[in-house]
This record gives sequence, structure tokens and C-alpha cells, in this order.
Amino acid sequence: MTELHRAAPRAAGRPARRRGGSGVLRDGWWPVLFVAPLLVGVVVFYLWPIVQTFWFSFTTFGVFGGQTFSGVANYVALVQDPEFYLSLGNTLIYTAIVLLGVPLAVWLAALLNTPGLKFASFYRVLFFLPYIAMPTAVALVWRLMFNGDYGILNWVLSLVGIPGPYWVSTPGFAIVAVSIVGLWSSLGFSMIVLAAGLKAIPPELYEAAELDGASPSRRFRSVTVPLLTPTIFFVVVVTVISSFQLFDLLYAIMGPRNPAMPSSMSLVFYFFQAGFVDNQQGFAASIAIAIFVLIGLVTLLQFRLQRRWVANV
Amino acid sequence: MSSAVQTRAAATVRTRTPATRSRRRPRHVLAHVVLGVGGFLMAFPFLWQIIMSLSTNSQVRSVVPTFWPGTLQWHNYVDVFEQLPFLPQLGVSVTITVIRTVAQIVLCTLAGYAFARMRFRGRNLLLGLVLSILLVPSQVYLLSQYQIVQQLGWLNTIPGIVAPGLFSAFGTFLMRTAFLNLPNELEEAARIDGANPWQIFTRVMVPLVRSNISVLAITTVLFSWNELLWPLVVSTYAGLQPLAAGLATLSGSVTVDYPVIMAASLMATAPVLIAFILLQRRVIDGIASSGLK
Repeated sequence: MTELHRAAPRAAGRPARRRGGSGVLRDGWWPVLFVAPLLVGVVVFYLWPIVQTFWFSFTTFGVFGGQTFSGVANYVALVQDPEFYLSLGNTLIYTAIVLLGVPLAVWLAALLNTPGLKFASFYRVLFFLPYIAMPTAVALVWRLMFNGDYGILNWVLSLVGIPGPYWVSTPGFAIVAVSIVGLWSSLGFSMIVLAAGLKAIPPELYEAAELDGASPSRRFRSVTVPLLTPTIFFVVVVTVISSFQLFDLLYAIMGPRNPAMPSSMSLVFYFFQAGFVDNQQGFAASIAIAIFVLIGLVTLLQFRLQRRWVANV
Repeated sequence: MSSAVQTRAAATVRTRTPATRSRRRPRHVLAHVVLGVGGFLMAFPFLWQIIMSLSTNSQVRSVVPTFWPGTLQWHNYVDVFEQLPFLPQLGVSVTITVIRTVAQIVLCTLAGYAFARMRFRGRNLLLGLVLSILLVPSQVYLLSQYQIVQQLGWLNTIPGIVAPGLFSAFGTFLMRTAFLNLPNELEEAARIDGANPWQIFTRVMVPLVRSNISVLAITTVLFSWNELLWPLVVSTYAGLQPLAAGLATLSGSVTVDYPVIMAASLMATAPVLIAFILLQRRVIDGIASSGLK
């Protein structure tokens, strides 16, 4: 459900456009009929659960049901749990590797936007396929390709004399393997959004730069990249938020009973295990709140740093 | 400033020499090489999936990869239905996707219209509450959603898997934006003609946002078909899991051969991939504009 974060910033800025003498009571009871079905579901399945999770995080669940108020005990246990820092570290490694795809996507999007380029829509489809595909389905192929004994990746590495590791069962390598798949699957999305941003750059600027004798690489550095920074910023924010919620690929590539899982888990897997495997719902709630706060802080930090590198357009 | 740029642009058009044109050629070559190699790498896992799904188990497990299996093992696709609960899981995937997509289209269009076009007390407060969900990662409501579904006795049922996904703050936001962008005149004209709000909505306004509804449909289908965490949590019985969850629990299984797993995973993801290839422009533009990830 990470799509949500993207949409939010745009929501605020748009005032309701209304003209003419539309009276306050003009629509009578109609709005209730229109809004109520959605609102009931949103309250029952989203707003109330959000409130409840905050409450859960201050309670301990009994083995035989029932819960007792335990103050900040869950949070104290969380900050003292080495697994929390481990899963946070893995999540950060994953995020960092997936972010390497952003500069790559800028370059690829610029190439894709070459005026008059043939097969452009064919390339677009190829790069977008991994983003559309079911993560658990592609995870199974990747798992086979990563296989230590007969995976094609290690065969390719052996051609250049590198002995490949057991990717998905070796602590340390497993999260890297998952990150590679994460990069592969999100590259197309970044590219498409960046390509849309590139289209908005006025062509006159390129003509002017060309007339001034700027080389293609100089035009890329001095025209394309600076004018694209707002889009790059959006892509980075979105990528970080979704990377922080890594679960599907990790779960499906490694498998929950993989011996390397305890050292490779992400924050959301850590949450999943506490809440739905170990039945520590109170503790799991505190992890969920921690994920929420961490994503909030990282996003806030990015908006602060934005002034340093994002062009005002 | 802008006129200077225009003059310069005009000048460039006139002074484009053969030299600049020939400098363009190598750039296209570079673009084709990079995008071609990159595109191949992006598509390779799918090609490999196809090849492996048509190989024998020993070919899959050979150290030197088998790039072409010789005799194509089509029976792997039949084995999927015998060795895995593929058919019931496909049924679950189709059912939950259809229900959620229809529900989201109806509920989000109705609410989006009211939030964009009607006046009522508390509108901004309610809209703010709905949109606030967008700021919260899904883990924050997951535990409690599970408890609600459990109390309703809906664990391991279609209603349980489907319930929270019937309602979407994102979809409401999308449809509200669509309705905000429409001019007021049509609505006013219909009102003067004596149409009531329901008639205005169904006959005048909804037909105008059809393309936005298709964006909502595409994003909902994708989300519903591919989603893992929620179905995995509420549906623990293999026969009642959608394909995404069913395949995920296969990982690390030693009882099913790799070629069969490859055939199953390919068939599971094929419907969305084929739909995407048929509707490519619409899907890409829709996702790029909605910012879904």
C-alpha cells in the first residue's frame, strides 16, 4: 500500500474549484448517500485499526487471549532488541542498493527520450515488465538463478573466474541478492516517471545550449540533470518509502524457514514474525509504530535536505 | 528572455549543418546499445522462466545451463494442476481481484464525486481523515484488521481476504482529483433541466471520468493480483490462498520440481503481463500519473 505516500503531498495544494451560487444545503442528504459506504469501511478497516495499533503498542497480549496495559515496556524491549537493529540495518542496505537504480534510471530515461528514437515504446515495455509482474512469481525464478550449485548467475561468474556464493542461504549475501531483485523490479517505474519529467523540459534550452557549443554530455549535466531534480527528488522519496517496507521479495526469494533468514530479515519481516508467527501482537504493534516513525523521519529529513540540491522550478 | 531563447532556437533550426546531423547518429547507436542490452537484462528472468518451465528437472539442475531443452516438456504445465492447488488458487485470485476492483470503482467514484462536487457540513474534515490513511504504512493497521476479520469469523474466507481492500483512500483521492478537473457548466445545465444529483452523477459526470476510472481499475487489479502480506496472514489454508501467497509458501519446498514451479509462477503472472502488453500505453501513463508504486 505504499502508493498512498506518493499521493498525499499533492492532496493539500488543490483548492476545491467552485463557481456560481452553490448553496450550502443545495445537495441535501445526497452527499451522505455518496460518501457513507466508503466512510464506513474506512473507519472500520483503517481509522479504527490505526487508533487500536497505538493502543496495542502499550499492552501485552496474554497467551490465552486478553491484554494488559504495560506502559512503554514494548518500546523499551524494542530498543534493546539486537534483532531490531539488525532488521533496520538490512532494510537500510536494501534501500541503499535500490537507490543506486535512480542515477541509472536518469541516464536510461534520457536515452529513451532521444528525439526520433526507434523502438522507444518497445524498450519502455521491456523495462516496465518487472514492475508489473507478480513479485512472488519472479522471486521464484530469481531464486533459481541465484542457486549456488546450478544457478545461471554463478555460471556466468565462473566464466570470468569468480566462484559465486550460495546467494540466498549465506548471511550477508542474501540481502544483497534480494536488493538486486529490488533494483531490477523498481528501475522501470523510476525510468517512466523520470521520462515524464524530461518531457516537461523546454526543448529551446537544449537548442540554446547546443548553439553555445555544449557537448551532449555537457548538456546532460548542465541542462537535463538540474531541471530534472524535482522529479528525481520525488522518485527518491517514493523509492525510500517503498524500500522501507520490503517484505514480498525477501519472503518469496528466501523462504520463511531459510536458515539465513534471522540474519537477513527486514523491518517488516521482523514485524510479521512478531505479530503473526510468535503471537506477540503488542510488541509487533510497537514495531509497526517504529516503522511509521522511521519512514516519517527519513522523509522529513529528505524534505529538509531538498533545498540543497533540488532546483526551484 | 523567452524571446531570446526563441530566436536562438530559430537560429539553430536554420544553421543545422550536416556536421551536427552526423553527430546525432552515434548517439542513437549508443541509445540502442544501452537500451537493448538493458532491456534484454530486464526481460531475461522471464525468458529464463519460460525456458526452465519447458525443461526437465535434470536440465534445470545441470551446472552448465541448458539454454534450449531440445524436447519441450509441455507436460510440466499439466503437472502444475496435479501437484499444486493451482486451480483453486487461481479461482481465489480472480474472485478477489474482480470483487475489489468493482467495489473500489463504485465506492471511490461515489465518494470522490461528493468530496469534489457537493457541499456538506464536515466535508473537509472527513476528506482529511480519509486522506490521512495515505500517510500511514500498512503495517500500522494490519494487526488490528486481522483481529477484526478474526472476530467476524472470516479467517480463511474470501470475505476476509477481500474486506479491507474494498475501500481505498488512494482511489478516492484519484477520483476526487478527476472530478475537480471537470468544468461546472455541464452539471449546472443538467440541474436546470431538472436532473437530481444521482442522475447528474450517473448520466453526466461518470461518463466524463471514464479514463480516470480505468486508471483506478488498472492500479486495483495490479495491487490485488500481486499482494502478498495480507492474504498470507488471513488465509493459512493453501486451497484458500490467492496465487501470490500460494507461490510464496512454495519457496524452499523440496517436494515439487523446479520446472513445475516455473510453469506455475509463469502462469500466475502471465494474465497481468499479457494485459499490460495489450494496454501498455494506458498502463504506463496511468501509473506514471497516479504515482503508484
